[in-house]
Amino acid sequence: MNTPENTSPELAGVEVHGMTRSGFILKGALAAGAAYGASAVAPFVGSALAASTDVDILNFALTLEYLETAFYEKGKTVGLSGQAKSLAKSFGDEEAEHVAALMKAITASGGKPVKKPMFVFPVKDQKSFLKLAYVLENTGVGAYNGAGPALKSKALLAAAGSIVQIEARHAASIALLTGMSITPNGAFDKPLTKKQVLAAAGPLIKS
Amino acid sequence: MTDSNQGERPTVGVVEELARDDVQRKHFLKMAGKGMGSAAAATGLAAFIAACGSSSSSSSTAAGTSSSAAAAGTGTTAAAASSSAPSGDLAIVNYALTLEYLESQFYAKVIKSGLFHGKNLAVIKSFGAEETQHVIALKKVAMSLGTPAKEPMGKFPIHSAAQVTALAGAVENLGAAAYLGQAGNIKSKEILAAALAIHTIEARHAATINLLLMKSPTPDGAFAKPMTMAQVLKVVTPFIA
Repeated sequence: MNTPENTSPELAGVEVHGMTRSGFILKGALAAGAAYGASAVAPFVGSALAASTDVDILNFALTLEYLETAFYEKGKTVGLSGQAKSLAKSFGDEEAEHVAALMKAITASGGKPVKKPMFVFPVKDQKSFLKLAYVLENTGVGAYNGAGPALKSKALLAAAGSIVQIEARHAASIALLTGMSITPNGAFDKPLTKKQVLAAAGPLIKS
Repeated sequence: MTDSNQGERPTVGVVEELARDDVQRKHFLKMAGKGMGSAAAATGLAAFIAACGSSSSSSSTAAGTSSSAAAAGTGTTAAAASSSAPSGDLAIVNYALTLEYLESQFYAKVIKSGLFHGKNLAVIKSFGAEETQHVIALKKVAMSLGTPAKEPMGKFPIHSAAQVTALAGAVENLGAAAYLGQAGNIKSKEILAAALAIHTIEARHAATINLLLMKSPTPDGAFAKPMTMAQVLKVVTPFIA
């Protein structure tokens, strides 16, 4: 069994070392703008990040995409109808494309894609399905936004950006379908640490 | 009509149709050129156009490299003088700030128009408030790096709910593509984090409006397409007085 938990170092709670004066001022500016607190920005800099390879990060993303793809597959069995059904179908197809792209990127980077885990999704009808879909898509946004700045390759960052935008579009669509908040984080989407992502998604991973 | 692979990219032609206006690009550049030579103008819209004009590649990374180099070369003096920060980042932040100013102005005008009510109005108000928050945050970031871009004078045709909704969709999808196009160019990790946090909000807005227009929330399919600074500025030029 090869999960990101075993292969990647913890990204959360790192101190900021050797920050330049402009970086410090900038952080203050961001905090003053009520956009970020130090705790949100801090995970992106510091020594622990440098230890995380791009392949590690991509495999982390791949695990999430496996999960989302499997989730939308499950959606075909819970009796979706109308726009929920059509969007779930196209979103699932898009997540599957993300899986394929990430596997390619990992291999091209000389790494090995993690194997698809087994998942369990406690959903039984459209209502419970969409509720979990909202959580998963929003978690995906936070995961990519959290991990993005740690990527060393600009090309991979561009690819991650191209994918996270889709996750955000999915999240907003589900919000519109269900009456939940289109922007649950307000004007700035929150980056999530790996720990936070696994707290949300971990319980669904069975192996 | 929800073909998810059909491009909903706002082309200059579509936007001009929406603008129903006949803006002379030369006239615009002349207007924008006023005050050139001052530090403030160096980070203004004219500087972006000068910087992005040399961008020939459609790849965001390559375009970003050439536009950053061009920005440094064409004398974004305020940016270059800020020796403790990457000069390219100030140009990018000011570019984003300019777009956010325009979005914020657009929504303010839409709300004033009285064309929307109830739930649709609530959505527009919340999107407008979020764009305004983006302006505030980006202006602070720009100020920490150098001189922030001046607020442009936006002009948006507001005629009917349907026309405005279509324009909102074009604006938000453009904004999302604009941020995506710059992700690979930003040097500071803090600024990158801020840009990513805003990028996905624009995407949420875009998807919502697309759905209200009965269009696909993912018009590019599984992978969102970036736009270069030059491409974006070409589209927004008709909306700046």
